[in-house]
Amino acid sequence: MGLSQGVLFIPILYMENLLVAENIYKQFGNFTALNNVSIAIPRGSIFGLLGPNGAGKTTLLRIINQITMPDKGQVYLDGKPLHPDDIAHIGYLPEERGLYKSMKVGEQALYLARLKGLSKTEAKERLEYWFKKLQIEGWWDKKIQELSKGMAQKIQFIITVLHRPKLLIFDEPFSGFDPVNAGLIKNEILQLKEEGATILFSTHRMESVEELCDYMALIHLSNKLLDGKVAEIKREYKSNTYEVGLDTENDAALIAELKEKFVIGNTNFKSINDDLKLTIQLKDGETPNQLLDYLLGKARINHFVEVIPSVNDIFIKTVTQNA
Amino acid sequence: MRNLKLIIQREYLARVRNKTFVIMTFLSPLILVGMFALIAYLSMLNSSEQRIIGLFDETEMFASEFKDQEQVQYLDLSGKSLEEAKQMVNEQDYYGLIYIPENIDRDLKGVQFFGKESPGLGTIQAIEKTIADRLTREELIERGIDVNQLNEAKTEVRIEIQNFSGERTSKMSNYIKMFFGGAAGYLLMMFIIIYGNMVMRSVIEEKTNRIIEIIVSSVKPITLMMGKVLGTSLAGITQFTIWVLLAGVLAMTSFYVLGIDIFTVQKSQLETVEEIAQPEIAQLVMDVLNLPILSLIIFFLIYFIGGYFLYSAIYAAIGAAVDSETDTQQFMFPVILPLMLGIYVGFFSVIENPHGTVSTIFSMVPLTSPIVMLMRIPFGVPWWELVISIALLIITNFAVIWVAAKIYRVGILMYGKKASYKELFKWLKY
Repeated sequence: MGLSQGVLFIPILYMENLLVAENIYKQFGNFTALNNVSIAIPRGSIFGLLGPNGAGKTTLLRIINQITMPDKGQVYLDGKPLHPDDIAHIGYLPEERGLYKSMKVGEQALYLARLKGLSKTEAKERLEYWFKKLQIEGWWDKKIQELSKGMAQKIQFIITVLHRPKLLIFDEPFSGFDPVNAGLIKNEILQLKEEGATILFSTHRMESVEELCDYMALIHLSNKLLDGKVAEIKREYKSNTYEVGLDTENDAALIAELKEKFVIGNTNFKSINDDLKLTIQLKDGETPNQLLDYLLGKARINHFVEVIPSVNDIFIKTVTQNA
Repeated sequence: MRNLKLIIQREYLARVRNKTFVIMTFLSPLILVGMFALIAYLSMLNSSEQRIIGLFDETEMFASEFKDQEQVQYLDLSGKSLEEAKQMVNEQDYYGLIYIPENIDRDLKGVQFFGKESPGLGTIQAIEKTIADRLTREELIERGIDVNQLNEAKTEVRIEIQNFSGERTSKMSNYIKMFFGGAAGYLLMMFIIIYGNMVMRSVIEEKTNRIIEIIVSSVKPITLMMGKVLGTSLAGITQFTIWVLLAGVLAMTSFYVLGIDIFTVQKSQLETVEEIAQPEIAQLVMDVLNLPILSLIIFFLIYFIGGYFLYSAIYAAIGAAVDSETDTQQFMFPVILPLMLGIYVGFFSVIENPHGTVSTIFSMVPLTSPIVMLMRIPFGVPWWELVISIALLIITNFAVIWVAAKIYRVGILMYGKKASYKELFKWLKY
């Protein structure tokens, strides 16, 4: 990617990338938490940071938030090395999140917003907007201990986005959220993207990456194994395999015939027909049209779909390959 | 700086608004004053009690010597037999019976006191003195010495202690110095323990609430730590100020309600004191006024701030290292130890010898110096010792705050890990 070549590339990189983390290395005692990890997050995109538990995701997010300092490497925001004042441009929802139990909701939100650099009146105005938007106007004078967990999560979300940061960082944003709130937060994240925010989130739940992310990076055992556009990665990982549902006179005969020409496997999908369900992997250079031509004379084709690897498949494949 | 102010403000309000804080602030002086009032009331009851002591004097010399006093009345029972007298004292519920045998000699052998319960030391001493005085007088007359002449010849010596710069001191003033120094040292220790613990609890609270990471994404951990220490100390100062004010008001009211007129009590006491030792009471006032009050206050503040910050930083680091208050035990001992040591050295060594080796060393060692030096200051400490002690304290403060901040920075983000000393040492290198 040329990231390590440094300065020359930065102006180009930062025109399209809001945040660039370059060769980040971090060690805790004898344990290497991050080993030369680089990521670049394009402006206005949603970037998913994937990895099993303990891979180093949270450490990377903490370094970007300047909570932890890297041993080596540099983080650039808008092309400039990260500066303490940049916290005003970043909104961070950590995985371990909570609020002061005995403090009133409004007071607490005001305090946290002001720590991010908002003035008191500004913070109050925006809080009122958000409280109205999420229909929680009545909570201002309640104490956190009177609220349910889901309610507290809404407050935490508001606090994260209140100062309108350019970069939003969510660490496992959907863990602990009930389905209703998770859906609500997902819609808000998409809306924030529409409004121009760049979003980085870490998760080990693949389906959320599938749904939301434009880009992703996979971290495993402190190393980055993979990164890029989600669509491109998927294209790279697809294996020219097709899922078919066939209506034939003699299933066994067709299977024997197919086995000679292709690699076939069993599969299952929802269907109203009592079909023969198969996956058929083509050789390099063969096209789906050729497969269709071949099948047309032999069976009625009720179902024909390309098998696109899910992020989950890619994840498992990459991790086991590198284990 | 803006964030530090916000944090101080929040920490202060969080402490002050806490129900326990409010209750403690207003209840403690009430309890304290109530206790004093109760003691005062009880001792008033006690002192109004009239005692009757019987006197069985076979020599018939002493009946005129035992004069009735406000609380003690003597009853001459010499006309009866000893058995009758004893019986009477017992039946009438008198306080006791003094028995003086006929052949009394100079060392008062044979004099006895009969009573249901053993009498107070003061009562016995008064009786012994009365008898001894009379015997001494007899002896003097027997030896042909004129008592009046002897009294005239007696001289009184009062040594005036003076240091080389001309400040006068006296035995009394040493007590006063001890009192002021001791009070300052003790106050500092209490403040450190109470408010250090508050800092620690508040750090643990942020950890268990899981709010800490949200906050440190906005402010530096050291800012948060310092804000906590400062905000809590302001709450402490508020509490002490309220206590002093309340104690004053409550003392006045309770004395008024209980009918103890503080002014007449003082006056009558003063009068009696003046009768015995007029020069001494004057000296007492002089001694208090002679204390270097301004420098005392200044040094109190310096050591107060230095000591409080030193220990609060340690408390904050401990709070960051653990997950719950029950895990703090293993770290508390090394914190309490130097504090207790300071107090013991102060009360035993400084009072014995304010400028001895032990006192001097402990008033230099930063962990004990705030307490021990505060106790030494009223006795006059050379300026260079103060300079060394304060310099050491400031240097140590920076070092300890630096180390504490490192432990704090790592510790607040560690969950579910039981920290050992070895672990803490590793954190310093993260």
